[in-house]
Amino acid sequence: MAYDLKLRIWRGDASGGELVDYSVPVDEGEVVLDAVHHVQAMASGDLAVRWNCKAGKCGSCSAEVNGRPRLMCLARLSTFPPGEPITITPLRTFPVIRDLVTDVSFNYVKAAQVPAFTPSKDQPQAPFRMQQVDVERSQEFRKCIECFLCQNTCHVIRDHEDNKEAFAGPRSFIRYAELEMHPNDGLDRRRLVQEERGLGMCNITKCCTEVCPESIKITDNAIIPMKERVVDVKYDPVRFLSRRGRTKPG
Amino acid sequence: MAAPVAPAQPRTGARAAIPGRTLRTDRWWVSPAISGGVLAAFAVYATWAAFQNSDYFARPYISPLYSPCIASICERARSGAVHGIHVPSIGIFGPWWGISPAILILIFPLGFRITCYYYRKTYYRSFWLSPPACAVAEPHKRYTGETRFPLILQNIHRYFFYAAALFAALNTYDAVVSFRNTRDQWGHMGLGTLVLCANAVMLSLYTVSCHSCRHIIGGRLKHFSKHPIRFKAWGVVSKLNKHHMELAWVSLVVVALADLYVRLVASGTIHDPRFF
Repeated sequence: MAYDLKLRIWRGDASGGELVDYSVPVDEGEVVLDAVHHVQAMASGDLAVRWNCKAGKCGSCSAEVNGRPRLMCLARLSTFPPGEPITITPLRTFPVIRDLVTDVSFNYVKAAQVPAFTPSKDQPQAPFRMQQVDVERSQEFRKCIECFLCQNTCHVIRDHEDNKEAFAGPRSFIRYAELEMHPNDGLDRRRLVQEERGLGMCNITKCCTEVCPESIKITDNAIIPMKERVVDVKYDPVRFLSRRGRTKPG
Repeated sequence: MAAPVAPAQPRTGARAAIPGRTLRTDRWWVSPAISGGVLAAFAVYATWAAFQNSDYFARPYISPLYSPCIASICERARSGAVHGIHVPSIGIFGPWWGISPAILILIFPLGFRITCYYYRKTYYRSFWLSPPACAVAEPHKRYTGETRFPLILQNIHRYFFYAAALFAALNTYDAVVSFRNTRDQWGHMGLGTLVLCANAVMLSLYTVSCHSCRHIIGGRLKHFSKHPIRFKAWGVVSKLNKHHMELAWVSLVVVALADLYVRLVASGTIHDPRFF
């Protein structure tokens, strides 16, 4: 059943902007991204929005819908209170380019800083043979579609722009965790991630996990295990005295 | 075509000028308000109970807030008891220790909860508003997280875990002993027995489901396939770990209720119903 939907979309660029009201006809079963496309088609052809797959797999249409970071293509209109306008704004944490499009290059810089997979000297050289249980562990992290909702919602950089240099963010931390848990990786990144990538700045309030459209348990399965690995090497006097903290886990 | 290369430094620019500290329209403040309220209520009750220095022992029950009782002052609680199994006179703290013996031990279970990854999330949100909820701006101008004193001390959670495991064992011992009657004979069961058993079970589950336990059991391994037994144990702890939040709350409420029950029985306010 078609009905008129009221939208409030942030329009502007780095020099300023404001929320602009729209009213567009939508159909039952549509999502927020459909409504934005209706605005483009019927009311404002110059509205800038980044999108691609419309299936929650490309991570392009990240935005904030009624203040909550989410993918517009997965936000069903039927889940919002009927009759009330839906507010759509760009990601707050990153510099705005125009309208709903932000510059997410911060995340690519942080990704480039992750030391790449380094085969262990103790392990047989490539091609590696891995058992399924070892593969499954990091498989969860490989589901990441790089929508950067976790980076956007993390208050460490969302509320403190000055922390961006020192903090890699949850998206990077799952990459560090994936490599640290890889059976054939020989590089120790534990001190690096704590001392230079800001793992200690995370106060595990789990917002990254809450917004992840792939339901990756970022905090429980990546960040906290990494914090515990850092404790192994930096804050555990028993391990320090036994000199085992300097060795890689088995 | 050459592959795209990430810039060496993130490009800077102005963020979108979005009004307000949040545009969330749901009742995001309800969850931190309830969590903070329950935590504050427990803190007030536990502080009050810990300083009472009375009514913590009613044969054969002992309050979990006072167990193990390691001060000579516990002799007062022992008087009248046929057996001294609950309140062994260890003699660590002599007669010079005049205040509540609970003060001597509570640092360990409380420290375990204070540094617990789940409780950290809760009180950072509820009390420190850092952040109060996801996508709601925090009020602080600067933020260093857990990189500096005193919050860097959160990293000693693992040591509190070791202590908490010992306390879970002691609480289990107290629950087992509560199956003895006042004449030190096995075969007694009252409502207090059930209360202490519930406390021991919930406390043990909460302790075992801890993230530090999960790491020690098997999380720190790189090769699950080389350590099948530890991998299996890690799987069990991981299943419990998914319910760490629920276990944290239930065990918190149950320990307070267990203390309250023993207190009411010990003070003669209520009579302990006996099943056999």
